[in-house]
Amino acid sequence: MIRLEKRLQPSRTLTSLTPILAVILTMIIGGLMFALLGKPPFESIRIIFWDPLFNPQFAAYSRPQLLIKAAPLILIAIGLSIGFRAGIWNIGAEGQYIIGAICGAGMGLAFYPADLFIIFPLMVITGAFGGWAWAMIPALLKTRFGTNEILVSLMLVYVAESLLASVSSGLLKNPDGMGFPGSRNLQQYPAAANTELFTNTGMHWGVVACFIAVIFAYVVLTRHLQGFHIRLTGQAPRAARFAGVNPHRVTILCLGISGALAGMAGLFEVAGPAGQITIDFNTGYGFTAIIVAFLGRLHPMGIVLAGLLMALTYIGGELAQLMLGLPGASIQLFQGMLLFFLLATDVFTHYRIRIGEA
Amino acid sequence: MDLSAINPVLLIASLMVSATPILLAAIGETVVEKAGVLNLGVEGMMITGAVIGFAVAINSGSPPLGFICAAVAGAALSLSFGFLTQVLLANQVATGLGLTLVGLGLSALIGKPYEGMKSPTLPALDIPGLSDIPVLGPIVFSHDPMVYVSLALVFAVWAVLKYSRAGLILRGVGENHDAAHALGYKVIRIRLLAIMFGGACAGLGGAYLSLVRVPQWTEGMTAGAGWIALAIVVFGSWKPLRVLIGAYLFGGVTVLQLNLQAAGVAIPVEYLSMSPYLITIAVLVFISARGAQAAPASLGRIFHASS
Repeated sequence: MIRLEKRLQPSRTLTSLTPILAVILTMIIGGLMFALLGKPPFESIRIIFWDPLFNPQFAAYSRPQLLIKAAPLILIAIGLSIGFRAGIWNIGAEGQYIIGAICGAGMGLAFYPADLFIIFPLMVITGAFGGWAWAMIPALLKTRFGTNEILVSLMLVYVAESLLASVSSGLLKNPDGMGFPGSRNLQQYPAAANTELFTNTGMHWGVVACFIAVIFAYVVLTRHLQGFHIRLTGQAPRAARFAGVNPHRVTILCLGISGALAGMAGLFEVAGPAGQITIDFNTGYGFTAIIVAFLGRLHPMGIVLAGLLMALTYIGGELAQLMLGLPGASIQLFQGMLLFFLLATDVFTHYRIRIGEA
Repeated sequence: MDLSAINPVLLIASLMVSATPILLAAIGETVVEKAGVLNLGVEGMMITGAVIGFAVAINSGSPPLGFICAAVAGAALSLSFGFLTQVLLANQVATGLGLTLVGLGLSALIGKPYEGMKSPTLPALDIPGLSDIPVLGPIVFSHDPMVYVSLALVFAVWAVLKYSRAGLILRGVGENHDAAHALGYKVIRIRLLAIMFGGACAGLGGAYLSLVRVPQWTEGMTAGAGWIALAIVVFGSWKPLRVLIGAYLFGGVTVLQLNLQAAGVAIPVEYLSMSPYLITIAVLVFISARGAQAAPASLGRIFHASS
């Protein structure tokens, strides 16, 4: 008989090994899925995971894309991971991302066509503020009334999407756009554009912010008392209260950080790769970032690797769509499966398998 | 603007239709949560049910078969959640989120060839005589069969939970799984059955969206209905009859909002369409501010029989 025996401490080796195991399992099952769809399994996997980086024909285009796609994912996931560690489930990052983009872009467009160096930094701050404010709604409702933050933050995603539809065909609509919905293109407004810092690297200001956030999160979580409080609240809420940690403060802090980072990510996206506020400029990064946070084991360094991997599946997925006619949704399924296998293999980090009678 | 164009009788009749998908999903989730399991994957199971029901109904020409297959698909998908959380002891919140993401991806993949098609739908029950009674006729006697199935399900769940031995055991498992285990009940088996029931109900709810309510398949068509169902379970304080009230209230808001859009009220469409979500939040705040939520005591906790 097979039994599970709880480990006193989660195994460290397995904590870093299970994500790799999950990726391999996803590749195997994903390959089977592609075979079922009538596509060559090995070629599909190669196109998704190998060609974007090393194929001489595509790599020149897709390598810069890696950073462009990974930056928002990592930025959002860093914020989420801090909350998840404290047991605060902000799953509305997509909404905070949208609101951050709307606020930041609105700030930039308000100055149009002035040419001041202060405009872009101001936009970044407004974007972060927008995301923060949007995340404060579930935070205050939770601390004030004990309302479940999972449901509230998620409901607010749909509200944010409606707002986005409203401003892209109303408040922020391009007056010179000949009636088409969508704002002015910020890429064509140099003072507000989030430009590539080095050509052909994909490195924009969002990537810089990303590095800062990773280092900041690492220091806070491992070296700062606040980080200890956050981890304590997640692992032993009662002990945390006896130790004098104010759970309300932790809630507000965690949701605030993740909201601000998601809002910033939204601004970098709308001022850079996306270029303008349109009804569907958001591409679900806020949800994919949840997978990134878990795949990275809620650890800043792990999240960087997971974000790069997830960016790779996005690019590889597009490539596979082009080359093999694979449906775009199969990548979404791929990413979801990755999370599932990760959670499944995680049993080994927390439990030992014992065979035989007790 | 012409508010008199809104007919209260038709409003009530159509709110029942609009509430049914959420009601089905919510009543399933009530049972799951009563057993002490928090499955946040309702949205994923609903949308999978929606696409499977639609595909089967188109290929076979039979909506009832579509509903049956949707329920089976929802249950099958929920079993993956059950395996992860009950056997492999994974975190329920994370696994539920994963289930939603998997469901959204899977449904988009399956549904691609079916976009823009029209499915055969369920005919409304039309009882000559009864359906023609003014006011009462359109409200009570002229719906499609699934509306009555959903109502029957609510009452069945209520009766089973309240009066039967099986319901008592289920509630016991949800309140204190260690005690239930000590009494010799198979906690994991009972929870797996509850999870599958929840999955089947969510699948039915999804299929109702794609086969009756809309009736069409579009990617991401559930648009948060699964999450609203979760909110309604909280709103209903885990009691089937209150869940029914909650779902119908919510259906009423949705229908009223659509009617106001059609009547051309001077509020922009975007603001009207965000109102159901805002009202859900308001209701959640109201319920949590009142305290005394009566959530099952073992809700969301991992059960591991150590001896």
